[in-house]
This record gives sequence, C-alpha cells and structure tokens, in this order.
Amino acid sequence: MNRFMLPLGIFVLLAVVLALGIRHSPEKGLIASPLLGKPAPQFSLPSLTDPVRPVRSQDLKGHWYLFNVWGTWCAECRAEHEMLLQVRRAGVVPLIGLDWKDDDAQAREWLQQLGDPYQSIAVDRSGRTAIDWGVYGAPETFLVSPQGIVVYKHIGALTEEVWTRQILPRVTGSPATRS
Amino acid sequence: MDAPDPAARDGLAGNPLVMARVVRLVVLAVGLAIAAGAWAVDPTQLSDPKLQARYVALTHELRCMQCQNESLADSPVDLAADLRREVRDLLLAGKSDEEIRNWMAARYGDFILFRPRYSLRNAWLWSAPAVLLLIGAWTGWRIVRQRTTLLPADQEPVDEDGYNR
Repeated sequence: MNRFMLPLGIFVLLAVVLALGIRHSPEKGLIASPLLGKPAPQFSLPSLTDPVRPVRSQDLKGHWYLFNVWGTWCAECRAEHEMLLQVRRAGVVPLIGLDWKDDDAQAREWLQQLGDPYQSIAVDRSGRTAIDWGVYGAPETFLVSPQGIVVYKHIGALTEEVWTRQILPRVTGSPATRS
Repeated sequence: MDAPDPAARDGLAGNPLVMARVVRLVVLAVGLAIAAGAWAVDPTQLSDPKLQARYVALTHELRCMQCQNESLADSPVDLAADLRREVRDLLLAGKSDEEIRNWMAARYGDFILFRPRYSLRNAWLWSAPAVLLLIGAWTGWRIVRQRTTLLPADQEPVDEDGYNR
C-alpha cells in the first residue's frame, strides 16, 4: 500500500497541473492582452471622414466605446463588417474605428460601398497607435469603459456570439440572458 | 568504374580541370554571400556601432507577433518593420535594453520576449528542474542506503543462477 502512495501522489499532482494547463491555455494563436484592466492608450489622430476635427482618446471618456482596428487590406474585416453595421443599428455602444496602415481613398470607398458603422474613424498611417494598443492582426476589437479602462479584447472578426455573450453584458451591466 | 577519376589519378591541385572547377565554386560562394545581403529583411544601419550592436541583439530577442516563431529581425511582415522602427527610435532616445523590453511587454505581453523573464507566476517552472533533480538524488540515495543495510544481513553466497537459495 505505502509503496504505491508516492508514485500515485506524483501522478495525481501531474494530472492536476496538466489539467489546469489545458483549462487555462488560451485558444491557439490568441495572446491575452496586457492592456486588460489598464487605461486605454492615449491617441490623437486625424479623422478619416472629418478633415477639421481629429479623433482624440480624451474626448471618448465618460461613455462606453468599442475600438475596432481594421483596414481595407484585411479580408476578415470585410467578413465582420455586417456585424459592425448591426452593432451600430443596436445603438448600445458607439464604434470608434482605427484605420490601420491603410490608403485613405480606398478606406472611404470601402465605407461607401459597405456602409459606415463608425461614430468616428482615426487614421493610423504610421501604425504607432496600433502598436500602443498591442495590435498584431486586424481585425481586433477593444471594449473601453466610461472610466477609460480596457475591459475586453476580441481578436478576429466580431461575431454575434461575442457581441451577445461578451460585450453586451459588460456594457449593460447584466449577465448574459440570451445565448 | 569505366572512366578513371582525373582528380584521383593526378592529385587535386595538379589538375587544371579540377582547379578551374574549384575556382568557379569559390566565385559562386562569394557571389552568393554578397547577394544574401541584398535579400536581408532589415537594412537598418545605425551610425553608432554600439547602438547598432544593441539594435541587432534586441531585434533578435523580440518576437514578431504576427508570425510568432520569427524574431523581429527575421520577419518580412509590415508589423515587424514597424516594431523595428520603434526599437530604433527608443534606442536613439537613449532608452536602456531593459526599458525597451518593458516597453514591448507592456503592449504585447511577455510573449513578445523570446527570453522568458523570471516572475512569481513562472517561478515554479524555473525551479522545476532543480526540484526534480533533488527528488531524484534523494530517491537514489534512499535506494542505495536500503541496499547497503541489507548487505551485512545476507552473507549467503549467491549461486550461478543469481538466485539466493
């Protein structure tokens, strides 16, 4: 009996450690953002649609907003566009776009063809603001609280499921009832 | 073999045909080595050789987040070029290597560092080899001690089959 206790103990310990590893390992290829729970990075960038007023992060404080990084060169962005339009129609939380390393004329054409879901769009030609947000592949969407804290990040196309399960409950402050 | 190898017959250096072949190979190798420079992903050259050395070291130990198994220095994607630019600008602004690593990790997480850092969260992982070695040494010591205490109690000779009767 005693002979088997030590190996058995080691086995159980190893199984627990591995099980924890599997449970907590993020989806392959997705890296948790160190920004979560931290203040959203500051930025002040020219607007894609308004030549007079720049898009500034300090103007966004005081209400929830979704910060959506996109570009016309990004195929997944086209895939999520319909969902973005749906978010706009829902009118719960405004979308702020970051047009990442893109051509302005092409970006405007894109919005004309597909519709414009954004409240305002910042133009990041140098890619510096995207780096400040820790962006490594468009599309990426951040949810920022009225206090200016990044509370959620989604990598890849925004889907109905992410919207109803992750974003909506956080904004409305109620647990997800619909699935 | 029908045709005798000329190199084997006359010795390598003596044969003009072989020499010509060697010269051609050397010229090709040197040419390729020079051409490789033109294909390099990162043409950045800082005027200060000390900064350049730190730049090369840093871009090799930071991960390209898009390709994930390539360093910033080796990756041809746009984002890697942008991040190399940030490394260069931070170096020129007088930041230390550690400050630059922290700058990157604050945005992309520790995952961007190819050289993992010691932290409370991964302390158990860092110490695991030492702990396992200690467990192994302790187990070995116990087995050896157990057997040595058995030895004086058993003076019977062992027969050829190796079984103690």
